[in-house]
Amino acid sequence: MTEAPPKIRLRGLSKAFGEKRVLDGVDLDIRAGHGMVILGGSGSGKSVTIKCILGLIQPDAGSIEVDGRDLLSMPRRDREALNDRIGMLFQNGALFDSLPVWENVCFKLLAQKRITRGKARDKAAEVLAQVGLAASVGDLSPSELSGGMQKRVGLARAIAAEPDIIFFDEPTTGLDPIMGAVIDGLIVDVVKRLGATAVSITHDMASARRIGDDAAMLHKGRIIWTGHASALGDTGNAMVDQFARGEREGPIQMELRR
Amino acid sequence: MLNPLAAVGRGVIGGCRTVGAVVLFALTGVSHLLRPPFYGRLFVKHLLEIAYFSLPVVALTAIFTGMVLALQSYTGFARFNAEGAVANVVVLSITRELGPVLAGLMVAGRIGAAFAAEIGTMRVTDQIDALTTLSTNPVKYLVAPRLLAGVLALPFLVLVADILGVMGGWLIGTTKLGFGSAGYLKATMDFLQVMDVVSGLVKAAVFGFVITLMGCWCGYNSRGGAQGVGAATTAAVVWSSVLILALDYMLTELFFAQ
Repeated sequence: MTEAPPKIRLRGLSKAFGEKRVLDGVDLDIRAGHGMVILGGSGSGKSVTIKCILGLIQPDAGSIEVDGRDLLSMPRRDREALNDRIGMLFQNGALFDSLPVWENVCFKLLAQKRITRGKARDKAAEVLAQVGLAASVGDLSPSELSGGMQKRVGLARAIAAEPDIIFFDEPTTGLDPIMGAVIDGLIVDVVKRLGATAVSITHDMASARRIGDDAAMLHKGRIIWTGHASALGDTGNAMVDQFARGEREGPIQMELRR
Repeated sequence: MLNPLAAVGRGVIGGCRTVGAVVLFALTGVSHLLRPPFYGRLFVKHLLEIAYFSLPVVALTAIFTGMVLALQSYTGFARFNAEGAVANVVVLSITRELGPVLAGLMVAGRIGAAFAAEIGTMRVTDQIDALTTLSTNPVKYLVAPRLLAGVLALPFLVLVADILGVMGGWLIGTTKLGFGSAGYLKATMDFLQVMDVVSGLVKAAVFGFVITLMGCWCGYNSRGGAQGVGAATTAAVVWSSVLILALDYMLTELFFAQ
């Protein structure tokens, strides 16, 4: 039986900022239609990895393939067309303060002229309902929302254009455990419904187990382990197990002083 | 690090790099004005923000400048019996220099700072990255409509400042300095040439471009949270003001040098 080609394939991805090498040859395969969780401590390069895939940061070396096509050598128009198929939930929501919630939710559809402004409100109400929010939330400003609601609106915005790849940057950071579980549940539901490939970065182990099928651990700019998310905490890799269990003692030593 | 020549060299190279980056940024912004999609709604919003909401501050500045100018030139010219030239001096100074420069400085403080703060906040809260993931070019969306609005709004404000500045001089001339109303206005109109007004309006358009460009550039490149946004705001106002004064000299040289 031949294994299906990965949706996203990273090979030798490297990036340095000045003398600080953040990514040092990242190799990773992400299966189509599955949820991949990238774990790692603060500053391990998780965000830089997904920003490279999104085209927000230009890597110094390596390749990024989506559906077998190298993003880094792709013409700009093709790259933009690919971005149309991608959704992203930012850590702090990154909602546009100057726009009401409904316009935030339908921003991509309006930008792509796939919907008129007249119909956007109804569409926003429909998508907000999918993340458990009332249609009346659409008329609020992002600054009037709680942290949990902002995450939900961010999720609604990420899925409104029905992308086939969705990135989640620390989806539960800053939320209480119950709201974190609610957001995770919504993520699992919408990803399953859309049949999308989901890539999440987190250091919340409970969240990682809930939203991930697969997991990878990034440490000092390299992938040191990949496997099933359900195995986290009992992987046989001392670093991963220390991280998953949140143990102070182990092979990973925090740099408290430079 | 201790070598002063190396420090000077680094400064010069850094300065050249920044100037080059600003010029490229400006050209990119202008090029987006020529290619669809066009954000007419945003353009109108920024036009109102600059032209309409800056009217009170520009109007007050112009009126008081005209009043002071009439008073100062009268007391100065009285020393060699040239009080009759007050109306001429007021209209020439206002239309050629003080109208565009003072309106430019006022708008730099108001709009340059506001643009830098708004775009800077968007930068540090990932909203600019979010635009890219939502199939929207950030320069086209944030910069191009502001540049066009600045270029069109400033001449309008300066035209208003010209009229009110002259009226300020007329007010003082007729109520305090003993000029007849009709005589003062006739002296003003007889002395005024089309080129005086046109040169001021051209200056205003250039200043409008510079103010919006520096506001957008400083905000777009801000880093490091609230402190970075504050620094970007200060830099936008300082650089806009310095450039207004420097360009004012160059444009005066261009228009009026014999």
